[in-house]
Amino acid sequence: MRTNFLMLHTITRIVSFIVISFSVYLFFAGHNAPGGGFIGGLMMAGALILLYVSFDLATIKKVLPFDYTFVIGLGLLIAILTGLNSMIFGDAFLTQYFDYYQIPFIGEVELTTALPFDLGIYLVVIAITLLIILTIAEDVS
Amino acid sequence: MNNIVLLPVLIPFIAGTLLILFRHYPRLQRISSGIVVFLLLFSAVFLLYLVYQEGIQTIALGNWPAPFGIVLVADLFSVLMVVLSSIVGVACLFFAYQTLSKEREKYFFYPFYFFLLTGVNGSFLTGDLFNLFVFFEVMLISSFILIVMGGTKYQLRESYKYVVINMFASILFLVALALIYGLTGTLNMAHIAVQVAELEQAGVLNTAAILLLIVFGMKGALFPLYFWLPKSYYGPPAAIAALFGGLLTKVGIYAIIRTFTLIFVHDTGFTHTVILALAGFTMFFGVLGAVSQFDFKRILSYHIISQVGYMVMGLGLFTPLALAGAIYYIAHHIIVKSALFLFAGATQKITGTTDLKKMSGLLKTHPVLAWTFFITAISLAGIPPLSGFFSKFPLILSGIEQESYIIVVVALIVGLLTLFSMMKIFIYVFWGTPSLKKSDYEHIKMKPLLLPIMPLVALTIILGFAAEPIFSFSEVVADQIIDPSIYIDAVLEE
Repeated sequence: MRTNFLMLHTITRIVSFIVISFSVYLFFAGHNAPGGGFIGGLMMAGALILLYVSFDLATIKKVLPFDYTFVIGLGLLIAILTGLNSMIFGDAFLTQYFDYYQIPFIGEVELTTALPFDLGIYLVVIAITLLIILTIAEDVS
Repeated sequence: MNNIVLLPVLIPFIAGTLLILFRHYPRLQRISSGIVVFLLLFSAVFLLYLVYQEGIQTIALGNWPAPFGIVLVADLFSVLMVVLSSIVGVACLFFAYQTLSKEREKYFFYPFYFFLLTGVNGSFLTGDLFNLFVFFEVMLISSFILIVMGGTKYQLRESYKYVVINMFASILFLVALALIYGLTGTLNMAHIAVQVAELEQAGVLNTAAILLLIVFGMKGALFPLYFWLPKSYYGPPAAIAALFGGLLTKVGIYAIIRTFTLIFVHDTGFTHTVILALAGFTMFFGVLGAVSQFDFKRILSYHIISQVGYMVMGLGLFTPLALAGAIYYIAHHIIVKSALFLFAGATQKITGTTDLKKMSGLLKTHPVLAWTFFITAISLAGIPPLSGFFSKFPLILSGIEQESYIIVVVALIVGLLTLFSMMKIFIYVFWGTPSLKKSDYEHIKMKPLLLPIMPLVALTIILGFAAEPIFSFSEVVADQIIDPSIYIDAVLEE
């Protein structure tokens, strides 16, 4: 008899969507309010793991065909490059720059170099968390 | 403000990150990591030159000024350590090319090699206690991976202990940091030093000092916390063991010397006497371990312990001459110990074992290897005119000046026992009739194996024959660290 996961699947679809949007919100709230790349990344990883648990590994692998090891390297590289960026302008490593811009339809937006740095961390945290958990999950012998 | 201070940390970090991305191309990894280590060495030497010419260089990360943000500080002592670590980094990498299996190369050997160097260089350069903790973790996590890589049963068992010990030390480190932050309200080392001088709570400060001493002593393998070292350094292949044996314990010793010359100088009668006593015990028990062993790598591991004792002895005596001796000793030790571990790797590649009793007669079949090993071995034991003699001499001299005769006697006995155990290796491995047939070792090319070791051997000879200028340089370094105000001014003025 095949077990029916209808309830789990339906709820997972809604819940993971909410968690992912909250994670993105936390990520953008990052540098001035509580939040940031680390906590946002953990939350995103939580949502993805929920998907992995309720559907199965093979299905999600088709949806998210990322090599997480590569993502870790990419994230680290983005973070370092934003730090190096300030060295080009003759400031100390990791100096951050920010300014306010008027963008049509959205209004005034603060753009800062802390954001790409956070993006790097976001990617690293997601990838590492998933890589650790998936490695343990795949270890069937 | 000078971004060059950061280069020895940034270069390996960026290299490690890029190598993760290109992990499926082993040839590319080999070539690019070869280039990167030389870049690293060049930047380290350049930084040393800069600091020697223009005094202490600092950088406040993110432009947050000194007591609030994190600063990296390059004074002579820290840059000297960075240069030494880069030299060992170059030698071990080129040795790894020859001896490492394909599987290890595929599973992130090169990225974590560079992350390890990032952590080591960062620990030397940082001017912030919490940042020191972070760089320790970078270094430890990379070392966990390098030590367990290969996954044999022995490695897994011993590295489990290694991980647990180090995790425990990290927790203690955090406790000590919390205590220090509670007392002084700052984590910047220069600022702590200022605050400590004004505080009049010697008792609580001593507690913090001893807590830190325990933490760094665990990493640096001081008595009685050295038990993890010989077994866990036995597991990994020689290229990795050489890097660990040369560098990792020295990071702990560097941290001890830094904190106990800069911060905890309020009650030297207590703290430095404790250190001196620990130094004596460490030397003695370490060398006893070495004498009792019959395995190439294990003897070398026990020697690390006994020699860490000499370095800490220099700090315990706490005179400019003794500190200069300790610095000279660290330089000598890092080079010689890495070279000896690489020799162990080379003989292991030839004979297939590290057990002394199973080897014999290599003197006939591999004379170059034998005689260069002999030079390095007697240098370790302290025979003039090699570097080992000139590093022990000032330590013992200042011991006599300070009238600490017990430690002097211990140091001399330990030197003798060191000579004994190095000769034991020489006799077992190189004397006697050759046990190997010609067909067994013919296919192993000696030149690429010896090439990375030769510069280290040359350095120990140079360190010995050019002892006069090099020792006066280490006296300059010692003068700089024994007067904390130079460091404090350089960090807090900006």
